[in-house]
Amino acid sequence: MNAELNLQSSLPGQKARGPELAAGQHTVFLLNNAQLSYQGRAVLNNVSLKITAGERVALVGKSGVGKSTLLATLRRQLPDALAWCPQQTGLVPMLSVYHNIYMGGLQRHNSLYNLLNLIKPLSQPLCEVTELAALLQLDKHVFDRVEKLSGGQCQRVAIGRALYQQQNVFLGDEPVSAVDAYQAEQLLQLIVERHETLVLALHDVELALGTCDRIIGLKDGAIVLDAPSSTLKVEQLAALYR
Amino acid sequence: MQNVSVNRLMHKIKPGKSGASSLRSTSFYLALMAGVCLLLADIEIISPSPWLELKAMGQGLITPTIPDYQELLSGLANTLSFALQGMALAVLAGFLLSLLYRHWWVRASCAFVRAIHELFWALIFIQCFGLSPLTGLLAIALPYAGTLAKIYGELYEETSPHPRAHLLHSRSLSAFLYTTLPLAWPALRHYTRYRFECALRSTVVLGFVGLPTLGFYLETSLSEGLYSEAAGLLYVLLFLIASQRWWLRKALLPLYLLAALIFLPPTASFNWQIISQFFTEDIVPRPLRTDNPIGPWLVFLWQQQLWPGLSNTLVLSQIALFFTALLALLVFPFCSPLFFGRRIGQVIRRSGDGLLIIARTLPEYLLAFVALLLWGPSMLPAIVALALHNGAIVAHLTARFGEQIVLRDDACKGLNRYFYEVLPRIFRQFMAILFYRWEVIIRESAILGILGIATLGFYIDSAFEEFRFDRAALLILASALLNMLVDTLARSLRRNLHLNTTADIR
Repeated sequence: MNAELNLQSSLPGQKARGPELAAGQHTVFLLNNAQLSYQGRAVLNNVSLKITAGERVALVGKSGVGKSTLLATLRRQLPDALAWCPQQTGLVPMLSVYHNIYMGGLQRHNSLYNLLNLIKPLSQPLCEVTELAALLQLDKHVFDRVEKLSGGQCQRVAIGRALYQQQNVFLGDEPVSAVDAYQAEQLLQLIVERHETLVLALHDVELALGTCDRIIGLKDGAIVLDAPSSTLKVEQLAALYR
Repeated sequence: MQNVSVNRLMHKIKPGKSGASSLRSTSFYLALMAGVCLLLADIEIISPSPWLELKAMGQGLITPTIPDYQELLSGLANTLSFALQGMALAVLAGFLLSLLYRHWWVRASCAFVRAIHELFWALIFIQCFGLSPLTGLLAIALPYAGTLAKIYGELYEETSPHPRAHLLHSRSLSAFLYTTLPLAWPALRHYTRYRFECALRSTVVLGFVGLPTLGFYLETSLSEGLYSEAAGLLYVLLFLIASQRWWLRKALLPLYLLAALIFLPPTASFNWQIISQFFTEDIVPRPLRTDNPIGPWLVFLWQQQLWPGLSNTLVLSQIALFFTALLALLVFPFCSPLFFGRRIGQVIRRSGDGLLIIARTLPEYLLAFVALLLWGPSMLPAIVALALHNGAIVAHLTARFGEQIVLRDDACKGLNRYFYEVLPRIFRQFMAILFYRWEVIIRESAILGILGIATLGFYIDSAFEEFRFDRAALLILASALLNMLVDTLARSLRRNLHLNTTADIR
């Protein structure tokens, strides 16, 4: 069974979302008994999941358990309407930090505008991106090529690109795995401030409890935990990694 | 249980022949085909006194003269202008087409325009625009645009898909401009640069059909036996191409292009009536125009021209392919760091590289023209020219590939090293390069017919001379189909042999 096929019936389409929107708490993501596979191999079975606007969700579990697969499935539900911060940064090494962050906002301008900006940075986006770069502590590197940066700096550029997509929903796959603990907290705070709904895959359990209000735990191909953070303790989550 | 799994493992390995043995059998069949073709080929030496001619040429080479500097300068300026303008237009058109390369009709039309050699395009455009700058420009730009579109399209496909996939609206033009294009940029630049060198060579060859480039003066002095003058022009041509990296600068390109446009504006005094008559009447088969049955015309053309032309083209190209391979295998050790001691090696490598550069800088057409003066019109000059030029290219690329090989300190030396250590390691890549040249060799084999060897080009050229454009059109179409067929065959062979299918051929 293919995840996408299964999802066809349960996709939160425009019509289905309408009435719920009016109720003030609309569904952003909906999975109904879905089977998710990665490269043809079933990873998660019978996944039922509803995420509504305003929720801050953390996906926790061992590496390889299917967090990325679940995130990719959620991304397909709103392909062009969410901020996406992948684990493999996927930056363009020969372009500057400025251009890599600006890339998040390509869809807001026409091709000619984007082309001109590629040849010579235009003042308005330059202003916006520089401001964002300062928040990410990249202000000294705005015009450096990405290939000269360290792993942690690259990850911050990728976050910058996702933030500059300026969407309500944020999906992040280990968005702060390559930076130190102090920075990680600050960066997550920045992400939380700028998005209504969040789904983050995080391996750092404390960070997950501190940032998100709902924890979804994955183990052995299924969702084994789905509870508000306030009811959970670090030790309880540790069981997921055993 | 264990037995079963072992059995399965064996099965997994067994199906199909292993890569090495299918490579071996492919090379065997290539050699066999060349052997059969050699029996069919006409490789007589017709010239009465080849040694006398060779002596005269040798004397020319050591006593180069330039009788008329004004003529030389104008030939040089024309060559550069044609190449620059042709490439500029080809890069522009090729880039735009490469954006649409995923559509089959774009791929098909690109394959078609590049399957027709620039000399054939020149012969067609001469009928429409005369011997004008526009003819030269279009003859270069059209086939080159097809080639560039293909290579650019392939280079895009080779880039990492991730950066683009992470964007919103990732299929938009903007997403392409910010991710795929910069990722492919270094390779695009490298290939375009190489292609410019090819354009210079093609422009020289266009001189042989009358456009006022260096090739025109070369042809004149060679035909008149003025070998000292020819040598002078030849050295200028070699210097022009060898010095490219010093004068071909990105910042200077707009200036060069402007100068080229001012010096040689791409104009032609053409008559729409003649052009429309050429395309709507002249190239339509004669029986169709005169309401006669087309059957006999086709049969006649097949028996008298198409079949002999096609078979000679194939025979020539298979022999040339074999000798290209042989020459490359013989020569590449002399420009590879894997052979000869450190001190002598350096000297040998330098001179080996130098000779290869000369051989691959000179266009096949020019080499064949010179060889023809020596030995008279048979397949021999064409074989020698094709094998020299292409062998030099294959040897150079093979040697560059060999640079990646690190041998252990106590690896054997001499011939043993060649056969046991190096040849097995490079053979796969060598075959990939060779198959890539196959299509080029076929195209060139057809073209060399213009010099009087009975390949397709011979019949095409004669048809143009007799103003039988309908025949010329059909023959050109046949040569294009042959090239497309060989291109497809070579690509599927490369894929079946698990050879590199992409164009990392510089």
